Amino acid sequence: MNAQAPIPALQDPRFNRPEPFTPPLRDGGFFQRDRSIHPPAHAPGYKSSVLRSPRQALLSLENSISEITGPVFGHNDLGPLDNDLIRNYAKDGDPVGERIIVHGRVLDETGRGVPNTLVEFWQANAGGRYRHKKDTYLAPIDPNFGGCGRALSDDTGYYYFRTVKPGPYPWRNYVNSWRPAHIHFSVFGSGLAQRLITQMYFEGDPLIPVCPILTTIPDKDALDRLVAPLDLNASTPFDSLAYRFDIVLRGQRSTYFENRPEGN
Amino acid sequence: MPQPLNYLKETASQTAGPYVHIGLIPAMAGFDIFEKNFSNVLVTPNTQGERITLEGRVLDGSGSPLRDVLLEIWQANAAGRYNHPADRSVGALDEEFRGWGRAGSDFDSGLVTFETVKPGAITDKAGRKCAPHVNVWIVARGINIGLNTRLYFSDEEAANAADPVLNLVEPPVRRSTLIAKRGERAGKVVYTFTINLQGPEETVFFDV
Repeated sequence: MNAQAPIPALQDPRFNRPEPFTPPLRDGGFFQRDRSIHPPAHAPGYKSSVLRSPRQALLSLENSISEITGPVFGHNDLGPLDNDLIRNYAKDGDPVGERIIVHGRVLDETGRGVPNTLVEFWQANAGGRYRHKKDTYLAPIDPNFGGCGRALSDDTGYYYFRTVKPGPYPWRNYVNSWRPAHIHFSVFGSGLAQRLITQMYFEGDPLIPVCPILTTIPDKDALDRLVAPLDLNASTPFDSLAYRFDIVLRGQRSTYFENRPEGN
Repeated sequence: MPQPLNYLKETASQTAGPYVHIGLIPAMAGFDIFEKNFSNVLVTPNTQGERITLEGRVLDGSGSPLRDVLLEIWQANAAGRYNHPADRSVGALDEEFRGWGRAGSDFDSGLVTFETVKPGAITDKAGRKCAPHVNVWIVARGINIGLNTRLYFSDEEAANAADPVLNLVEPPVRRSTLIAKRGERAGKVVYTFTINLQGPEETVFFDV
């Protein structure tokens, strides 16, 4: 092992700050979800969905307190390296691959930042292999790469993390199906009805238009919004490129008149 | 032309995939990475309320258990209060209860379990009492957008019969798909449930 000086971990100044300002309560129901921009449950081109998709109509539920509320997380739930995938599993050096920063904002449909929300992410390593006991792809495990992390958005909804760019990998759908390089995202928002899991893709990946999972999305613009552009301005010269990925959660109505039992 | 509204569009959902455990429950993927982990145990020794186990499976259209599914639950505490600033009802908050947990199904049996407390009845915005229930969110390979459902309790017959959400379910026979059955095992209260993604017993899923 080379006697290279250890590189300091990515500093997150938010761990030394008090809990940020909490905006006034918006506790009406959430805007109705526009299902036309989401993949349908039953999407036969993605074969796993065939037996796992409900066939009855969903029962529309006016948001009650059960859906307007959701779990609250804080910095106490996280560790200081949780948003640094280059360091959070490193054993004897850095992981192999293109060093990248992924950053963006969690917004709602009104354009407001969603503050203090938990963002979790996971991915394959640079060779397209997941550190998972069920992944048997022949690309090797990277001893210095775990492949998961998490961050809490700041008071403007901003989040960031550092990682290596994941590789594409084959999977059993058609005989020769390959996933484009992607990072999985899990986001909470402030209420259960905002809960979302999605995937971020990389600008210019030629596998995007032929991916059976990505193309479950019926709306071309909605699909394009999952593709993160290269953000050269946010890159660190001689260190890391950067990609920007904003995530939009459902908007929420205000409770204007407390004494109206039907809400507003 | 009227003024533009300029709303943003929600980000599209994508499946959590077969390796969801890496990001959300890394110990199940086979490694240890975070100092603090989320789990299927919602209680501490000091949490108020009746200790219960929720135990169930999610079945696909062939009747086979999903062995790579992830469930999250969100519930009120024993006093019927959600641990969230938007819940300003009268029940007391319990500092020892966040009310949220997540669990992956067993890779062999497909069993999913949670250790929690039985929630109290909650009061909706109109002041109506709602039967005690646990909100469930389901993701997995092959599930393109997370599925929302609820678990009610078999020993709350009167409350269930008056519950405004259960009463929306038509035909009424489908309401039973939302009821977890109370039983006992080794002196512990266990509620069992089955979530059917398809078939004649298909569980009621909500568009929240």
